[in-house]
Formats: sequence, structure tokens, C-alpha cells
Amino acid sequence: MNEQDTPHTGTDVTPAAQHGTAVRLDEGHVVGEGGLPERFTNPGLPHHVPRMADLDDGAAERAEKQVATLFGISILGTILFVVLYFVIPVEATIDLPGVGLTSASNFALGVTLALSLLGIGFGAVHWAKTLMPDHEVVEDRHPMRATDENRHKVVDILRKDGGEDSQITRRPLIKYTLGGALGLFAVPIALQVGGSLGPMPQKSLSLTWWNGGPSGPGQEPTFTPMRLMRDPENTPIRADDVTIGSALHVMPEGLLPDPVTHEGGTEHVLEEKAKAAVLLMRLDPKQILSQKELDWGYEGIVAYSKICTHVGCPVGLYEQQTHHLLCPCHQSTFDVARDCKVIFGPAARPLPQLKITVDDEGYLVSAQPFMEPVGPSFWERESP
Amino acid sequence: MSTTSTPRPADALREGDTAPQPPPSGTARRLGGIAGFVDDRTGAAKPVGYLMKKVFPDHWSFMLGEIAMYSMIICLVTGAFLTFWFVPSMGQIPYDGSYVPLRGAEMSEAYASTLDISFDIKGGLIIRQIHHWAALIFIVALTVHMFRVFFTGAFRKPREINWVIGSLLALLAIIEGFAGYSLPDDLLSGTGIRAMQGFVQTAPVIGSYLVYAIFGGPFPGELIIPRLYSAHVLLIPAILVGLFTAHIAFVFIQKHTQYPGPGRTNENVVGYPVMPVYAAKAGGFFFIVFGIIAMISAIVQINPIWAYGPYDPSAVTAGAQPDWYMGFADGALRLLPGWLEFYPFGFTLSLNIALGALVLLPLVYTVLGIYPFVERFVTQDKREHHLLDRPRNAPTRTGLGMAGITAYSVFMFAAGNDIMAIKLGLAIEDITWFFRIGLFVLPPLVFWVTRRICYSLQRRDRDTVLHGRESGTIIRTPEGRFFERHEALVPSEQWILVQHDPVTPLQLTPEVDENGVARRGSRTDRIRAAMSRFYFQDAVNPVTPAELAAAHHHGHEAEAIEAGDDRAQVESAEVRRH
Repeated sequence: MNEQDTPHTGTDVTPAAQHGTAVRLDEGHVVGEGGLPERFTNPGLPHHVPRMADLDDGAAERAEKQVATLFGISILGTILFVVLYFVIPVEATIDLPGVGLTSASNFALGVTLALSLLGIGFGAVHWAKTLMPDHEVVEDRHPMRATDENRHKVVDILRKDGGEDSQITRRPLIKYTLGGALGLFAVPIALQVGGSLGPMPQKSLSLTWWNGGPSGPGQEPTFTPMRLMRDPENTPIRADDVTIGSALHVMPEGLLPDPVTHEGGTEHVLEEKAKAAVLLMRLDPKQILSQKELDWGYEGIVAYSKICTHVGCPVGLYEQQTHHLLCPCHQSTFDVARDCKVIFGPAARPLPQLKITVDDEGYLVSAQPFMEPVGPSFWERESP
Repeated sequence: MSTTSTPRPADALREGDTAPQPPPSGTARRLGGIAGFVDDRTGAAKPVGYLMKKVFPDHWSFMLGEIAMYSMIICLVTGAFLTFWFVPSMGQIPYDGSYVPLRGAEMSEAYASTLDISFDIKGGLIIRQIHHWAALIFIVALTVHMFRVFFTGAFRKPREINWVIGSLLALLAIIEGFAGYSLPDDLLSGTGIRAMQGFVQTAPVIGSYLVYAIFGGPFPGELIIPRLYSAHVLLIPAILVGLFTAHIAFVFIQKHTQYPGPGRTNENVVGYPVMPVYAAKAGGFFFIVFGIIAMISAIVQINPIWAYGPYDPSAVTAGAQPDWYMGFADGALRLLPGWLEFYPFGFTLSLNIALGALVLLPLVYTVLGIYPFVERFVTQDKREHHLLDRPRNAPTRTGLGMAGITAYSVFMFAAGNDIMAIKLGLAIEDITWFFRIGLFVLPPLVFWVTRRICYSLQRRDRDTVLHGRESGTIIRTPEGRFFERHEALVPSEQWILVQHDPVTPLQLTPEVDENGVARRGSRTDRIRAAMSRFYFQDAVNPVTPAELAAAHHHGHEAEAIEAGDDRAQVESAEVRRH
């Protein structure tokens, strides 16, 4: 603070280099030659500055009252919580400015609980800061390592008591069989868990309900043409009903239960839906650039798997104008006019197409199952 | 009940003044009775007495770990409550609760019971919201706590083990978070599980078997919710609490680190004792954290599962987002291009998914976990460190940390590319490409800028020590020259700026010894020397007493300022002292 050069601890300016040129820095670093220590020294703990409440009884009493008020707020919060718990019905709502329509009970209980907790918290901290001792205490540290003596003792115990006295070092037969036994004992436990967690997938990753019915592990369905059914109405679709530009959410016949009676359908609805979901779209056939797509469709009506080839989210967003399909999970974008080729995003493969035609009554039916596994990639999946 | 009658000022009780010993009050005698009972049977008086007088240093940044600890405890308490009502079953039932829009809908018991907690059980929603908010704050706090530990070098010897435990805790916390987030079985979290299924399925060779093992058959099956439940309420919390206990035990055994300052050395801890100061401050802080989380939960709705509907694998909502701590993995998936899927020998290897979903998560925490050992390899520093670094005094480490945070942030923000596209009116392709390029450009840039800022701050520290603080007082000399008076620093201020160790890059010893025989390990040494140059070649070292003397002596004309390396360089500077 003093602008004059008061000598401070460790910063003494001794006449080390009174000659006219600049001090050579490397001289001054060495005690003895330059006369200065290499490093500054720690000035030690600063003086304690007393607080208001240390000096003035009035201030201390004020602090006491503030702490007591905060604790009082906590008690009040708790009482209010108990009262409001019984008073406010669980279904009551309240329209709060800035928050919107919300559960009255949730708001009341949350705020009173917060008061109850914050009162204690701020009270205790304020107490500690104003009235409890604020003298800093110094505690010594010691190196973490134990003394050499202790370390040697442990090594000796391990070597002598553990190794020699148990005779493990002298009896290799015990040593190796013990190693083997300990190495293997976890196998039964791990086998039980690992082996019984789930069945082998077998073909089920490559099958869907479109193959002819249930597609779980062990199933060997045979193909029969299936009507395309609206989801969730579970009604068949006439080709004429699909207008250009429209997109329909479709499930195979027999998968869904009746929407009214809840009868029929498969017991594994979600598992089958997760593979069989199809998106049906109608484009102007002139816009379709892929001959295979045209051949597998019906007058511009095309059916594609709804399960993203990236990680399996349903491809939910169909842009009618650009005929792009976008997956909302990771934004893979597929071009329906070009056989659902990936045009952007992290997916690697196009969405599989379901070959469709119409039956005698004019309803859309599948002409064959999906010709490749739907959904995310897996190791043994045949490469495209 | 005290019998002291003379009024005494508050401070008189503290300044080594011995008050007359009053006889023990009734309360104290009763307390002594209970404590005596316990001590007779455990001998706990000695360790408890020691712990109660244990000293902890004071700094706001030491509070971050406390927030993490307290929010974890809040999660444990509220989580136990939630298990009383939550039904971890995927059995499909028609909903008949009081949320009208979903009445009659088929849904899993897990989803229905979560709706019940939210609408039919008094105070259920506040507990559920506190649980979710506390979980988010837990992971935020432990992440920021990790930043503090990293940037101050608190992970150095002897605390490397605790750093590794902390990294494991961080990894487990996000897995625990994901498991809990998935339990309600709503459409949003179900889509998250679906994506997880897709990730696991791409594991090379074993992917499909792994998926069928995890889900107990084809996705989604009826087992994933009960299994996630037992992981979420039993397995992972048990490991979390165990590791957390070890984490805290290490802090007690090794004593807390402290920031450098006057009177603080590597051989002491300066602070306040547990009893009474930290008991009140830390104990009170638990209530503050709990209170703030309760307040947030009262006002800000989180995860309104009723708005998403029950899970259906063929339905999806737009703008699907995971909780924030899973964002970086989700973002990585959005950035990885599809051409990373390869077909070796007729098999399918989907690196476009596996890299982001299966490799990135363990990789991040492995890199974090081994960092102390990398730095130790470079510095060859075998000393114990209990004094923290000011981040500017470790410019390369600080730069690396900031680069890591940048890379993480690019991934995390990439997970919001769809939301940004909508809110900012930009094309999703452009945003994704910005992040793709940013991932490679931004971290090195941030590293370089951060390190430069650190060097500049160090140089300013040197300048402040050498020339004092600007006083704001303008002085006119008799010749008419104007200058600003600089005030010398007091030793306690100065000490903070000069206390750190000077550093120089390690020198490479010759590869052959004096007899021309190749030295062993010279390759390792070359790597180490190269890394050491990278870390320390531009190091700005603290002012030495000699430099200060030189600055004082020659202050009027010119001074010698040490340049980054050991080339002494004379810079002319108008220095005005005296």
C-alpha cells in the first residue's frame, strides 16, 4: 500500500547489482551470488478481521433475531404444508402467471416444502457466518505414505506369514489348483445369468408379421398375401381410397385386435408392431424415379417399412411436397421418389420396400414379405 | 440452564478467554448418558472427536461437490418414496385413473402407475418432480465439480485414485439417470429404449444375442422395464453409494485440497472445523439445495409423461430429446455419416452407430480417468500436491480441458439440431454440417485461445507484481511529464501471484551414453520430452525476487522481462514507480 519501497518479507531489495546495466536475471536466482533467494517466501496467515457481531452486542443480537426469523419461516412453511396437504384436493388446478395451468396441490406443497427447507438452510448458514467463530484453524498435513518400517512389515507379513507359513510357496500343486478353482468359480453364476437372460434370436430379426404371421424366435412362417390394414382402425384399404399425396399408417392383417371389441390380433402386439409397421404413400407415378419402386407398388401407391434403418425409431415425418421422409430421432432423411434412398443423416441403408398389389375385391395386399430385415443393422444381417 | 450471570460480549468468549466452567446442564448430562452408552460399546469417542474438529478449507468452488452429494441423497430419499406406488410391469391394462384424455387407453402398468403418481396420489407429483430435478442437478453438479477438480489440478498425487472413482461415479450416474428416465414407459422414453436397442444390436458379432438377452426376447418384450427397475433402484445405487462413500472417505483421509494463499502451504490445511462451523454451513447447505430443488419442482414442470402417451413402437413424437446428460451420445449419432457402415466378408459393421453409441460413452470416461496418469508421465512429478493450481498457471492443462468441454458441447448441442432448425429457421443439413466441421475445428481453436488467455493472465500477474497496481492517481512531474502512480502490492496479495512453481520443459538426455551405447528407454524419453515441450515450452514463470529487484532498480528506464523460454529479452517499458 505504501508507495515507498518498504521492505517486505521476501521482497527485500538488496543492493545486489548496483552497476549501471540491467540486472542479469540468471544471477539473482542463486542465493549467495546475487544475494536474493530463488523464490518468494510465504508471508503467513493474514490478520483476522473481526465481524460486526464480534464487536458489537447489538449487531450480534440482530444476527440472532435474523437467524430465529429464518427458523421461524421454516416452521411456518411446515405448518402450511400440513394444512394445505389436507385442504387442497389432488385434482385442483391453478392458473399461475408465468407458469400456466398447473396442479394446485403440487404448487402449494412444493412451495411450502421449499420454505420449510430453505428457512432451516439459510438460518443455519447465516448463524455460521455471523455468530460462529470465524478464526481460521491450521491443521498439519502429513505425507500419505506410511513409514518404511510399516511398509516393510506388511511386505514381510505377506511374504512370511502369507506365503511361507501357509506353505503356498512350497506347494505348487495347491497354488495352481487354487488359482484354477478361483478362476472358474464365477463361471456357473455368470452362466446362469448370461445364459438365461433371453432366447437366441434365431431368424426373428429377419422376419416380420408380413412373412405370414408370428415372427418371434423359433417361428417359421409361410407367406400368404395379407391385406394392408389402417392403424389403429384395423380396416382394409382400397387402392382408390389412397389419394395422391396422402400417407397412411399401416399394419398387416391379423396383427391388430379389433379396435372396438379388443378381440383377435396377436398377444405380442408391440413386438410385431415394432417390425411390421409400414407407411403407405401415393405419389404421381411420373415422380417416381426408381423402376423397382414402381414395380413393387401399385399405380404410384408404395409401401415402405416405417422402422428407421438407423436405430429403429419410427420414421414419422412425411413431407408431401418434397416427398421426403424424416426420422425425428436422428434426422435421417429418405427420398420416397428414389426408393427411399438416404439423402441426409446418419442412416446407412434405404428403408425396405414392401411389394404390394390389389386383390379381387380391390383391397391392397402384400405380394411378398420384406425381402431384407427391417430396422437397425446387426452383424449377421446379409449385406445389401 | 446455564448459571453464568455476568453479561459477556460475544468476542470475549473467543479470544482465548476462559469462562468459568458451569456445571453440566441437564441436556448435556442426558447427551453424555446416551453418548456414554454408545462409547462404552464402540469406543467411538476418539474418532468422533477427531472428525468433529477436522478442518475444511473454505471456497465457493468446494460447494459444487456438496451440491452433487446432496442431490444424490435427495434422489435416494424421493426414489424410495416413488417405489411405494410405481409398478415396474409391462403388463397391458386399460387406464381408469383421473387423467381424462387417456382414460380407456391400453398402456403398461408402469405408465399407468406413473400417471397415478402424477394425478391421483396427493403430493406424488411433487416427489416425482423433485426426484427428476434432483437427478438432473446431481449430474450437472458432479460435472461442474469435475471441472473444478480438473482445472485446479486437484487430481494430482495423492488423489489419482479418487479421480478415477469420481470418473466412475460420473459414468454410473448417467447410466442410472437413463435407467430411471426409461421407467415410466411413456412414448418419449420408450423411443429412447428403442434407440438403445438399436445401439446394442450394432455391437460387432454379438449384437443380436446381446439385444435378445437384455430384452428377454424380441423388442420390446415385457422384461425391459422390470430389469431397468432393478438396475435403477438396486444394482446401480448400491455401487454408486459404495463408490461415493469411498470418494468421501478419501477426502477425509487425504484432507481437502486448498487454494494457494498467505499462510496456506502444501503441509497444512487452513479453514474451519466441522464443529460448529461446517456442521452448520454444510448441514444448512443440504437444506438450501433441497429447498431450491423443491421450489423448482413446484414451479417448473418436468417430463410431463401424460402428454406423450403410452409407448407404441410404431408411433413417435417430433423433437424427441433425451435428458441432457445423454445428449452428447445422441448428438454423436446425429453427426456420424451413414457411409461408416461397412460390410466385411458379408457381415454388417455399423460404425455410424457403434462409434457414437457404444464407443463414445466409455471412451469419454476412460480418457477422463487416465488423464492424471498422462500428466504424471509428462511432468515426472512424484511429489504430493495439496495446494491447488490456479487454472492460468497450468495453461496447457486448462487448454486441453476447455478443448474437451468444447468437443463434448458440440456433441451435446448437435443433439438439439432439430430444435435449433425450427427455432432458428435454419436448414437441419446446414446445422448438422456446422457441428460436423465444428467438431474438428472448434476444440483445437478453443485450446489455442484458452492457452493464450492463460499466458496473458500470467503475464498480467507478472506485470502486477513487477510494477504494482494502478492507483488511478496521475502525477505531474516538474518537467511536465504525466504518469500514473503504481502502488506496491502487500505481501499477501503478492504471494498469490508468485507462489506457483516455475516450470521448464524436460531436457532430453543424449540417446547414447558416454561409451556410445544406446540408453534404454530412449524412445519413451523422446515422447516424454516432446510432450513436455508441448506442455511447458511457452511457460510464463512467476516473478522471482531478483526480477522484482531488477524492476525496482531499473524501473525508470527499461527492465528485463523474462520471455517465454529462457532467452532473456529486454523489453522497453515505461515503468513508473516511486
